[in-house]
Amino acid sequence: MISSLQELADQFSKLIPQDAPLPETPAAAGASCAHGGVASQASTNPVQMVDYAIKGWHLDVRARPDQVVAAAALLDENGFATDAVTGVDWIAEGEMEVVYDYFHPANSWRVFVRARVPRSKPEIPTISQVYPGANWHERETHEFFGIVFLGHPNLTPLLLPEDADYHPLRKDFKA
Amino acid sequence: MSALSLLSSGEREHETFILNVGPQHPATHGVLRLKLTMDGEYITRAEPVCGYIHRMHEKMGENRTWAQFLPNTGRIDYLAAMAYGHAYVAAVERAAGIVVPARAEYIRVITSELNRISSHLVWFGAFLLDLGGFTPLLYAFDDREKILDLLEALTGSRLTYCYYRFGGVCNDVDDDFIRGTREFVAGMRPRMKMYRELVTDNIILRKRLIGIGHISAEMCRKYGATGPVIRGSGVAYDVRKNEPYSVYRDFDFDVPVFPEGDCMARYLVRMEEMVQSLRIVEQALDKLPGGPALTAGVPRVLKPAVGDYCFAVEAARGRFLVRIVSDGKEIPYRVRLRTPSFSNLSLFEEASQGMMLPDALALLGSLDLVIPDIDR
Repeated sequence: MISSLQELADQFSKLIPQDAPLPETPAAAGASCAHGGVASQASTNPVQMVDYAIKGWHLDVRARPDQVVAAAALLDENGFATDAVTGVDWIAEGEMEVVYDYFHPANSWRVFVRARVPRSKPEIPTISQVYPGANWHERETHEFFGIVFLGHPNLTPLLLPEDADYHPLRKDFKA
Repeated sequence: MSALSLLSSGEREHETFILNVGPQHPATHGVLRLKLTMDGEYITRAEPVCGYIHRMHEKMGENRTWAQFLPNTGRIDYLAAMAYGHAYVAAVERAAGIVVPARAEYIRVITSELNRISSHLVWFGAFLLDLGGFTPLLYAFDDREKILDLLEALTGSRLTYCYYRFGGVCNDVDDDFIRGTREFVAGMRPRMKMYRELVTDNIILRKRLIGIGHISAEMCRKYGATGPVIRGSGVAYDVRKNEPYSVYRDFDFDVPVFPEGDCMARYLVRMEEMVQSLRIVEQALDKLPGGPALTAGVPRVLKPAVGDYCFAVEAARGRFLVRIVSDGKEIPYRVRLRTPSFSNLSLFEEASQGMMLPDALALLGSLDLVIPDIDR
C-alpha cells in the first residue's frame, strides 16, 4: 500500500517508463498540450502531478493502450475505486481518447488515466476483470464512441436500442 | 409421480424461468427493466436492462453554449437537481476562472441540502411503499411539500431547478425564504423523531431489512458505488468531507456510517443524513454573509480556457462528477456526466444473486435509484 501520491506517481513512472516515449504524431502531442496539465512537460513525462484546485484531480497518467490493464491493477492494489470510463473523440488528430477516472475512498486522491487509440482501429483491452464496475462504463463507451474493448464479456448496447449501428458521441455523427 | 417426489427427485432442481420486472413496474421506480432468471422464489441471475429513458444529454452538451446546458442539469436526477447544477457550474467556473461570492456559496449549500432532504423524503416514502407500508409516503410528501414551496418561491421551479449561474445564483434569498426555512428546520426535527418511533423502530420493517441485501465495502469499491450505499457498508466516503468543495468546510456536521452493509444500514444512513442536512442548513442560515449573490461582469457567452476540468459533488445518491473538455470555443467540446445511480445499480447483478424476489426488491429500493440518472 502506498502512503503518498508521490509514491504512486513513482510506481506509475516504473510502469510507464519515460525513456520509452509514447508513439505519438506531432498533432497528437500538440493536442495533449492543449488539454494536459503542464503544457511544456506534457509531451515528455507521461506521469504528472496536477494542481487539484485548477483541474479537479491529483495525478494525470498518459498510458499506451496496452498499459491500461496494468495501470488499473496497480490502482486496485492500492485501494482505489473505479469512478468512470469514457471517451473523447479527437477527430482532427484521427484519434480517440479513452479516459479512466479513479478515486480513493479513504485518502481523497483522484487519479486520471488516459490512452489514445487510432480512430481507424479503436481497440483497447478491457479492465472489467480488474474492476467489474467498468463493465457498464465500457459498454456505454463502446456504443457511444465505437471503441472496442477487447476481452469484454458482453459488449452489447446498454443505453441505446439493441439494433443501434451508430455512435452518437463521435464528432462526425449527425442525427 | 406426486408433486413432492418431483421436487425431491432433483429433476426440477435446476429448472429455471425468466421473470420480467418492468419496464413499467412500481417497484423499479421508473422505466427500468429487470430480467430475472428464477429458480422458484430465488434469483439465480438478475440483469438490469436500461436505456428506456435515454436522452443523450452528453451529446446535447456539445450542441449548445455552456450556459444553455444549464437546464439539462436539472433533468438528470430530477429528485436532487440542485447538486447537479452545482457540479456543472463549478466545473465551468473552475475552467473559466470565475470567482463566486461567499453569499452565493452559502445559498448554494442551503438549497442543495434542502434538496437532499426532499430527495431522501421521496426515497423514504417510496421505499416504504415497496415494502408494503402506505402511510409513511403521505407524511413524507407532506414534509417535502414545505421544501418544494420554499424552493419554488426562490427558484421558480418545484423540481427541475435551474437556479445556479456561473458566478453565483440567479435570485438572492429574501427574508421570507430565511424565515420559512428556519420554520421548516424547527418543524422537521420532531418529525424525524416521529419517523424514528413510528417507522424505524417498527418490527416488521426491521425484519424486512436487517441482514437483507448485503453489500460489502470491497464490492462498493470495485463497482464505484458511492453515497449512502458505500456509507452503509462502513466506508466514511463523502465528497463533502473527502474533497471539500464550496463552503462545506465551514460547517460542523457528521457523516453517518453504518458498517452492516444491509438494507437497514442504508436506510439508517439516509435517515441520519436528513438530520445532518438540517444541521448544515441551520448553520448556513446563521452564518449567511452579506454582499452580492452573483458575480458582476460574467460574460453571457463564455469561452473557458482550453483543457479538461472536472468537479465532483455529493449528490443525494452519491458522487456526481462532471468532466468538461473545452477547446476554447463558446460550445463545450465534451461534457461527461458520471452519475451515482449508474454505478450503484451496476452492482445489483452480483449483490442480488441467490436472493428471494421480495428481498431483492427491498435491495433495489435501498439503492435509491432514479432512472433518468442512469440513462441520462
